[in-house]
Amino acid sequence: MSAIADVDIESELATQVVALAATGGSVEIVGSGSKRFYGESLDALPLEVAAHSGIIDYDPAELVITLRAGCRLREVEALLAEHRQMFGFEAPHFGPEATIGGMVASGLAGPRRGFAGGIRDFVLGAKILDGRGEVMQFGGRVIKNVAGFDLSRVLVGSLGTLGVILEVSIRVVPMFATEATLAFEHSSADEHIRWVNELGSQPFPLSASAWHDGTSQLRLSGSEQGVNHAIAELGGERLEFDWAELREQKHALFVPKQPLSRVSLPPASADLAAGRPQLIEWGGAQRWLCGEIDVDRFRQKAAQLGGSVCAFRNHAADVAVFHPLAPTMLKLQRSIKSSLDPAGIFNAGRIYPGL
Amino acid sequence: MSESHREKLAVEFRKFLPTENVVDQPTSLAAYECDGLSAYRETPLLVLLPETIEQVQQVMRVCHQHRLPVVSRGAGTSLSGGALPHPEGVVLSLAKMKRILKVDTLSRLAVVEPGVRNLAISEAVKSLGLYYAPDPSSQIACSIGGNVAENAGGVHCLKYGLTLHNILALKLVGVDGEIFEVDQRSLHNDGYDLLPLLVGSEGMLAIVVEVTVKLLPIPRCARVVMGVFDSVEMAGDSVAAIIAEGIIPAGIEMMDNPAIRAAEDFVHADYPVDAEAILICELDGTEEEVVAQIELVEGVLQRGGAVETRLARDEAERLLFWSGRKAAFPAVGRISPDYYCIDGTIPRKALSRVLTGIRELSAEYGLPVANVFHAGDGNLHPLILYDSNNEGELEKTEELGSRILQLCIECGGTITGEHGVGVEKLGEMCIQFGEAERNQFHLIRECFDPLRLLNPGKAIPTLARCAEFNAMHVHHGKVPHPEIERF
Repeated sequence: MSAIADVDIESELATQVVALAATGGSVEIVGSGSKRFYGESLDALPLEVAAHSGIIDYDPAELVITLRAGCRLREVEALLAEHRQMFGFEAPHFGPEATIGGMVASGLAGPRRGFAGGIRDFVLGAKILDGRGEVMQFGGRVIKNVAGFDLSRVLVGSLGTLGVILEVSIRVVPMFATEATLAFEHSSADEHIRWVNELGSQPFPLSASAWHDGTSQLRLSGSEQGVNHAIAELGGERLEFDWAELREQKHALFVPKQPLSRVSLPPASADLAAGRPQLIEWGGAQRWLCGEIDVDRFRQKAAQLGGSVCAFRNHAADVAVFHPLAPTMLKLQRSIKSSLDPAGIFNAGRIYPGL
Repeated sequence: MSESHREKLAVEFRKFLPTENVVDQPTSLAAYECDGLSAYRETPLLVLLPETIEQVQQVMRVCHQHRLPVVSRGAGTSLSGGALPHPEGVVLSLAKMKRILKVDTLSRLAVVEPGVRNLAISEAVKSLGLYYAPDPSSQIACSIGGNVAENAGGVHCLKYGLTLHNILALKLVGVDGEIFEVDQRSLHNDGYDLLPLLVGSEGMLAIVVEVTVKLLPIPRCARVVMGVFDSVEMAGDSVAAIIAEGIIPAGIEMMDNPAIRAAEDFVHADYPVDAEAILICELDGTEEEVVAQIELVEGVLQRGGAVETRLARDEAERLLFWSGRKAAFPAVGRISPDYYCIDGTIPRKALSRVLTGIRELSAEYGLPVANVFHAGDGNLHPLILYDSNNEGELEKTEELGSRILQLCIECGGTITGEHGVGVEKLGEMCIQFGEAERNQFHLIRECFDPLRLLNPGKAIPTLARCAEFNAMHVHHGKVPHPEIERF
C-alpha cells in the first residue's frame, strides 16, 4: 500500500507485558522519544514500541485510516497528501521520527485546533494492550458509532498511562483547495483577543490565528471562492507566515532552554501576561509564555477563569508539569487508570502522582 | 414493591421536593413506563422531578442511602429503551430544568440546563446569527441532557460532528450526590479527557445537570441537489466520488426504491417513484462557494450515472426535497402494519455488499425491507416491513434484524450509529465486543458508580442478556411521538 514498514510485534509486546505483570515491574512506553519531554520524567525501563508499524486499512473515500501506532507521522502525512487528504488537527512532530502513537498519547494539536477539533475529535477507535497483557479494541473504524463506552478517545492525552496503543483508526479530512494568511496590527493582546473572537461569530473559513509582538496572523482555508470572499471582507495584509514553524515551536518566541509555559484559557479571557514575551494562538485559548514565571500564581489566576497552566518545557524539577486536579477528580482518574493498569505498569506518575 | 414502601419513600423525597414533583400515583406513573421504544415497559417506584441542582444532589443522596436504582430521563425520545424504568427504582426526570442560563456571543457558547430542548437552543440564538449544530431528527422534542447521554447525531454530523464534538463543558452530579465538572472551554483538559466517556454513557456514569454547548455561525447559504439513479450501487459510488472531490457536504442522504415510494405517497415531494435510488446532497457556505460546489456535485452525479439531477430552486423547494426523507419512517409506517428499524453503521465501500445481503435476507425471510441511509457517514437504517398479526412473523423479523446487524459487524461496521444500545441491542453488544472489552466497560462503570445504581441493566450486557434481539418494534405503524420527524 505504501513504503511504510509493515511489522507486527503485537504478540511480543503482549508477552513482555504479561511477564511484567507477573513480576511487578514497570516501564516507560517509548516510541521515537520526540515528545518524551512532555510530562513528569520517569525512572523506569523503556518499552520500545516504535517498531510496531504498518497501515491496516486506508481507503481515501472512507475518510478513515487505520494504522499501527509505530507508523511515523511524517510518512503517514505524506501518504495522506498523495490522496489530497490530511489529519485535521495539524499535530506537532517535535522530531523527525515522531510516531502516531506518540501523537495520540500526547494529545498535542497544532494551529488548526482553535478552529477545528482536537485529536480526540478525530479518533474513531483503538486497539490497546492493557496492564494485564490483554489486547482490547474500543470504538470502531466508522465515523458514527455509539456502542460501548468510548475508551479509544480517552487514550488521547493519556500519555501512555492507560496502556500500550497498538492501533488507531483516525478520521481524515480533505486538504483545502486554498489557504491564505492575512496580517493585522493589534498593539495589545486584549485587542487581538477581542478581534479574533468577534470574527469567530461570523462564517469565515478561519483555520488558525496567532498574535505576537503587536501583529495578528489569521489563516483562512477552504474553497477558492470562500477564501477569496473572506479576504475581500476582512482586508488586512496578505503575507506569508510559517505555521509549521509555529507548530514545531521554532518561532522566535520559543527561545531554546528558556522555561516555556502553556496557559490554556476560555478563548475570550483577558490577557494575564501583559508585558511578558507571549504568543497567543487558537483564537485566544492557547497562550505560550517564554521565560521564568511564578507558575503557582498563574495557575491561581487561570483557574479562576476556567483555565489551567502547564509547565511545558525547561521548568525547575520541583514544579509540577500539569495543573493540579481537585482531589475527587484525581481519585476518579486514578480509579480509571487502575481499571486498565491495576499494577501501575505503564508510565506511572507521568501526569500526576499515581497517574 | 409494596405500596407502603413507595409511600414512605415519597414522604422522604417530599421533604425537599414540591409535592407534585414526586409522582407516586399509578395513573401518573404510567406516562413514564416507556420511552420511544414502546415494546419495553416497566412501572417505576416513583418519578422525581427536581428543579435545581441542589435537589438533584439531595435525590441522589437519598437514593444512594437506600440503594435505589436511578434512571435519568430527558424528553423520553430514546429509540433504544435507554430511559426504560427500573421496577425497584426511581425515574429522575430532568424535564423541569429547562432554563437557558447564559448565552455568550463573544465566546460562542450557551450554558443550559439538561431539560432544554435541542431546537430551543438554536431558536434562542438565531437572532445572533448562531446555532447549535447537532440536529437529531427528534430535535423539536428531545432534550440536550438526553443528547449528551446518547451522543446524538443528525443529518449534518458528517460535517459538523456529533454531540461530543459540540460540547464544551458538563456539570454532573455523581451517584453519591457530589458535583463534578469537566470543563474544556479552554480547548484543553487536565488529566484524562472524560468527556468522550460521559457523552454517550446512556445515563450510567453520572447525572448531567448543566451543559455548555458550542455555538456556530449560521452558514450564509445552503442549497440542495438531488441525484436520481437506476441502481443503488451507482448512487453509493457517487457518494465516494463526491468525497474524492474534496467536498464534505453538509448532509448527504440516500433512499432506495421502497423508501422513495413510501415517502412519495405520504408527502408528495415529487420524488421519482421508478428510481432505484435517490441521493439528496446539501452544501453550505458562502454563496459563491456553494454555487461552485453544487456545479461540481452535479457533474459528479451525472458522470456517476445519474439519470437526472435536480437542483432545488429556492428555500421552499430545498425543504420539499428534505420533507420526503425526513418523513421516511412514518411513511413506511403507513404502508405496512408494523416495521422494525435497524441502526447499523458500515464502511461506505461495503454498501453494495450489505444492500445485496439485505436483499437476499429479505427474500429468504419473505419480508420486504426499505432502506434509508445517512450515506456520508455510513449509517444505514433498514426498515423491515411485517405484520405482527401473522403468527411467528415478529420472531422472524427480529431474527432478520439481528442477521442484518451481524452483516454490518462482518463488514467492519457497528451495531448502532446513533440510537444507542439501551435495552434493545444488549444481545448484539455480545457480538461486537469480546468478553475482555465488556468486562472493561463494567470496570469503568464501577469507577463512577461502584454500587451500579445508575441505569442498571442498560448498554452493557451481562452474559445472561446476550441472547436478546436488536431492532425497534413498531406495532401497527405507531411510533411513540408520531409527530416527530425520524431519520
